[in-house]
Amino acid sequence: MIVFIKIVCALVWFLLLTLYLTWLERKESAVIQDRIGANRASIFGIRILGLFQPFADAIKMIFKEDFVPAFSRKFLHTLAPFISFFFVAITISAIPFGDSIRIGERTISLQILDFNVGLLFILAMLSLGIYGIILSGWASNNRYTLIGGLRGTAQLISYEVALGLSLIGLIMVFPSLKLSAIVHYQGELIFGFLPKWGIFLQPLGFLVFLFAALAETKRAPFDLPEAESEIIGFFAEYGGLKWGLFMMTDFMEIIVVSTLLTTLFFGGWQVPWMAADGFHWPWGGEWLLSHWLVVVFQVAAFNIKVFFFCWLQILIRWTYPRFRYDQLMDMGWKLLIPLSLVNIVGTGIVMSIL
Amino acid sequence: MIKALGYFIEIIRGIVITSRHFFVNMFFHILKVLGIKTKRKGAVTIQYPEQKKEIAARHRSLHRLMAREDGKPRCVACMLCVTVCPSECIYVEAAEDPDLEMQKYPSKFIIDIGRCCFCGFCVEACPEDAIRMDSGEIDFAGYTRDDLVYDLDKLLR
Repeated sequence: MIVFIKIVCALVWFLLLTLYLTWLERKESAVIQDRIGANRASIFGIRILGLFQPFADAIKMIFKEDFVPAFSRKFLHTLAPFISFFFVAITISAIPFGDSIRIGERTISLQILDFNVGLLFILAMLSLGIYGIILSGWASNNRYTLIGGLRGTAQLISYEVALGLSLIGLIMVFPSLKLSAIVHYQGELIFGFLPKWGIFLQPLGFLVFLFAALAETKRAPFDLPEAESEIIGFFAEYGGLKWGLFMMTDFMEIIVVSTLLTTLFFGGWQVPWMAADGFHWPWGGEWLLSHWLVVVFQVAAFNIKVFFFCWLQILIRWTYPRFRYDQLMDMGWKLLIPLSLVNIVGTGIVMSIL
Repeated sequence: MIKALGYFIEIIRGIVITSRHFFVNMFFHILKVLGIKTKRKGAVTIQYPEQKKEIAARHRSLHRLMAREDGKPRCVACMLCVTVCPSECIYVEAAEDPDLEMQKYPSKFIIDIGRCCFCGFCVEACPEDAIRMDSGEIDFAGYTRDDLVYDLDKLLR
């Protein structure tokens, strides 16, 4: 029962954030380019900065024709967007949103399932999402979608290596694959004042992970599978809500990457210098808080960090032009993988000295 | 190596530019929400149907036919505008005017706005200064092609 409530809450959080990321993307790109952005969607003349825009988009996509081209493999063509969507949506089950709530005698952790291999589970599910891309590219029976699907597969497989390798240094520092345990390790302090976050222990690993994760989201500057100006991409033969599922998958990947960056490198729900009973300042003195306030602080800290990384990814998407394909492969194989190997060796040396 | 470093610096500069635009524009947007008037705006957008940009004095907008003091059109149906019109959207039918000085007047004067390319040649060709493009109207879209056919009643003002 509790697990069911947790699943519903997490999915509602996830999908609402996805919907409003489309709004944020429009508004943020507009502000960057000195424009205003979508502000016309209204209910009975109430606009509120165009906050109803995602719902207008959703209604539009739902009522479009559910079109399947006559020359496509119909079953696989229909299956592909659901595969893409499912394997991204399921990753939210391993993300810790906060520590735990005590209600009377019971302790409820703010995480749907606390796997021992949570990190591997998320990486595995993100890899399985590739099947959605290659299936949609191949089943559409169109040469441009096939090119898009193959590009996407090659890109994601290349960057998956760097993504996995960049995290090995982190796992050496925080000896666990359990995400809640990794977050707990980050609650300690280095030198008595610096929070022991992944970014301070693994700056190189963070950079490599950031670039590899940006490539995993398949958005500019890594949007070669889509590349709307040259090939339309792997979803060229989709319309209506099925295309919308691919679009939502994109935005959900942004959120997953943001939650991963937050959880692994920025202390997850940890607020600096806050323990389970309140703040303990490094210069002495403390500010004790009740249990519920601590939980609120933790969840708010997690959300703020996730919002920041969503914002950062949209900023990056609206700043840089697309890579050429050879540059993309060069960066993946010749820069990120050697750097992550250097990171592993360096981490090992430092750990054996200390 | 140095080349790669140069790329890296340019990448950083790029994101500094976009984030500077973001924060500066957000600052002015927030000032506007708080009700503080500033000279500079957060966006250059003109929200068209509500706000309208001032039309330049030389702007070629919807045609109008000039009238004489007695309300008749100044046009003497000389057909110069019909001749010069590159998109052939003007149709004039002449009729005899009882006034001997004028001799002709247009019984029909039809402009198909849907075909007009707003070059303004008809205004330049007119010897009587009977047609002008200074009405200042720019929003005259219609749902059918017939909505865009303007005759003497609509043009003479």
